[in-house]
Amino acid sequence: MEMTLGLNHYLILAAIMFCIGMVGVLTRRNILIIFMSVELMLNSANMTFIAFSHYLMNPEGMVFTFFTLTVAAAEVGVGLAIVVTIFRKTESLDIRKLNLLKN
Amino acid sequence: MDHSMEQAVEQVHQAADTVVAAAAHAPDLHYAIWLLLFPLIGVVFNGLILRKNIPEKMTGWLGSFMIIASFAVAVKLFFELLKLDPHLRAIDVTFFQWLHVGSLQIDFAFLIDPLSVVMILVVTGISSLIHIYSIGYMHDDPRFRVFFTYMNLFVFFMLLLVLGNSYPVMFIGWEGVGLASYLLIGFWWEDMAKATAGMKAFVVNRIGDFGVLIAMFLMFSHLGTLTFSEVFPAAANAWSNDINNGVVIAIGLMLLLGAAGKSAQFPLYVWLPDAMAGPTPVSALIHAATMVTAGVYMLARSNMFYMLAPTAAYVVAMVGAVTALFAATIGLRQNDIKKVLAYSTVSQLGYMVMACGVYAFGAGIFHLMTHAFFKALLFLGSGAVIHTMHGGLHHINDHHTDPQDIRNMGGLRKKIPITYWTFLLATLAISGIPGFSGFFSKDEILAYSFMNFNSGGSILPYALGLIAAGITAFYMFRLVFLTFFGKYKGPEGSEEGLHESPGTMTIPLIVLAILSVVGGWIGLPAVFGEHLNKFAGWLDPVFHPGFEAVRYHPEHLAVPMEWALIAVAVTVSLIGIILAWNFYMKQKRQAIPDDQQSGFGKVLWQKYYVDEIYDAGVIRPLINTCHFLWKQFDEKVIDGGMVHGTARTVRWGGGVLRTLQGGVVGSYAVMMVIGVIVILLSLYIR
Repeated sequence: MEMTLGLNHYLILAAIMFCIGMVGVLTRRNILIIFMSVELMLNSANMTFIAFSHYLMNPEGMVFTFFTLTVAAAEVGVGLAIVVTIFRKTESLDIRKLNLLKN
Repeated sequence: MDHSMEQAVEQVHQAADTVVAAAAHAPDLHYAIWLLLFPLIGVVFNGLILRKNIPEKMTGWLGSFMIIASFAVAVKLFFELLKLDPHLRAIDVTFFQWLHVGSLQIDFAFLIDPLSVVMILVVTGISSLIHIYSIGYMHDDPRFRVFFTYMNLFVFFMLLLVLGNSYPVMFIGWEGVGLASYLLIGFWWEDMAKATAGMKAFVVNRIGDFGVLIAMFLMFSHLGTLTFSEVFPAAANAWSNDINNGVVIAIGLMLLLGAAGKSAQFPLYVWLPDAMAGPTPVSALIHAATMVTAGVYMLARSNMFYMLAPTAAYVVAMVGAVTALFAATIGLRQNDIKKVLAYSTVSQLGYMVMACGVYAFGAGIFHLMTHAFFKALLFLGSGAVIHTMHGGLHHINDHHTDPQDIRNMGGLRKKIPITYWTFLLATLAISGIPGFSGFFSKDEILAYSFMNFNSGGSILPYALGLIAAGITAFYMFRLVFLTFFGKYKGPEGSEEGLHESPGTMTIPLIVLAILSVVGGWIGLPAVFGEHLNKFAGWLDPVFHPGFEAVRYHPEHLAVPMEWALIAVAVTVSLIGIILAWNFYMKQKRQAIPDDQQSGFGKVLWQKYYVDEIYDAGVIRPLINTCHFLWKQFDEKVIDGGMVHGTARTVRWGGGVLRTLQGGVVGSYAVMMVIGVIVILLSLYIR
């Protein structure tokens, strides 16, 4: 049986990555892990962009991916800064400690 | 049969057409508005403009002159109509457009016709006399000015009631006189019992008003109009070939309900005896002479419906006859001078209603007029007696003895001769002694009810009416004998304080006495000649279309038969008088003290326990139901379930939703994901 790598495979892979990332965000307590999971979800989206771009022979999708990467880099910068601040404040990375929104 | 019916309808139409055609050439009667404006000026001046420091005499005479001026206008209208051809004597006078909504076209307009002219003459004439009387009677009352304001207000609404050319305009007056009656019954509201009597009158009247409203709705939905000049021809057109149609019976019965409320008929008469709590001039004017006859006026005005619905007419006759007898028997054992007169009023109103039920509308209105004379006189006379008794008791500083109780009176004949003689004349009139006004009208009603029996009706109205006539004679003479004859039974020493009332009170008594004696001569019985009954002839154009619509031409009684009826009626009255003389003059019996009442007499004394029956059968259950609804439904379901329930639900919901905002970032993420999934699912499913 011959198997060729088609669009669906990429999409399924992206979906799996997105779900792993999502489950990570929802279940983990450590802020850093959650942060990494978010990155995973972001990259799964990038993956679909590239897959569609290739499939439709349209370069716009790839261009978009570069933008996403750039923005993601900036976001990581801000995000890590926040994580550092949180650690300084609570001396922990446990998300359950972040309940200041209450009351 | 059908042919004759068609002819009848045709004639009704022609009659209506001639009336319409005549309206174009009719004299301009717009000045009739002054009938209403004069009393209204009195209300405005006495009620709103003049201040407290104005002398009594001035407010009193101002109020009285306004009514006298109104009376002058009424007289002018009467002569104006007299100049016209009899079948042209129905003139609509429109003042302004009032309700024009879709097909409902009602103007503020008067109908000047023989019936309304009789009514305005009676209302303004009697009112003038009673206003003058009140100047003396209400002397030194702290709210003298308010009294005259209310009295003028009453006259204003009463004239509107009888002049309105459509049911809605009549209904304004109808409600207005109810208001004036309420205000005047409770005039001395410091006394709780009197204030309650006012409320009772208002509430019972409201039941009747409901009937009038339903009748109006029925008329409008089936005939499309409520104006007298249109609704009666329309009814004849619709139902003259369909006698006793369900709708027209319903209209007739609903109007009867209204009349029973206003004119104190069984079983709604209970408010009238209590209404005697008001000042005596009020009892005379509103609760004897004028307002209570409004129901009879409405029945007579609506004669077409009763011609078209003999079943409804029969109910009317029976209600009237039963009331006449029932109230008369209660009158036998009352000891309050005004209560006796109150029950006699109910009884006499029963006669008038009975007359309308046996198609003797003219006789009913005739009795209404003569009754207005002699009953106003009786009440004013009783007021003079009470005034005198008051003076006597005041003389010895006695404020406990009841000045209205006939057991404290006696022998007043010599002390107050004018009051005595006028009272006696009125008593002779109400008893139906030949030559006095009451004889002619009562005889005419009894003759018509016998005629109705002769042409296939029931004997009951005649029989009950006749018995009631005998009882009336008995209790009225009991009243006269116990009040004016025998020994004075008041507290010792009070005798020196008994004096005749002032001239403002005795002059109206004398005028009314003259009217009570001669007032009946305008309606002589047919035995003296075919066209001698001027009164019936005058009213005939009003009732003619109704008779024509159903081709009602009852056979006139033979002359010997009429003589026989007169003889029977007079004999019955004389028996009543002789019995009263035998009991209270010859045997010198006295009215029974409260603690010695027994047997059937006690039942009569207690007014058949009707008030107690209403209390147990209607009022208590109503209060208990209300209490139940208050405690169980209002407090538990409305307050507990709905008001507090809403609060509880919101609080519980808030408690549940609060946990969503735990402040934990993780749970927000979960919710966000759930939200996204829901959105995606909803897009997918669509």
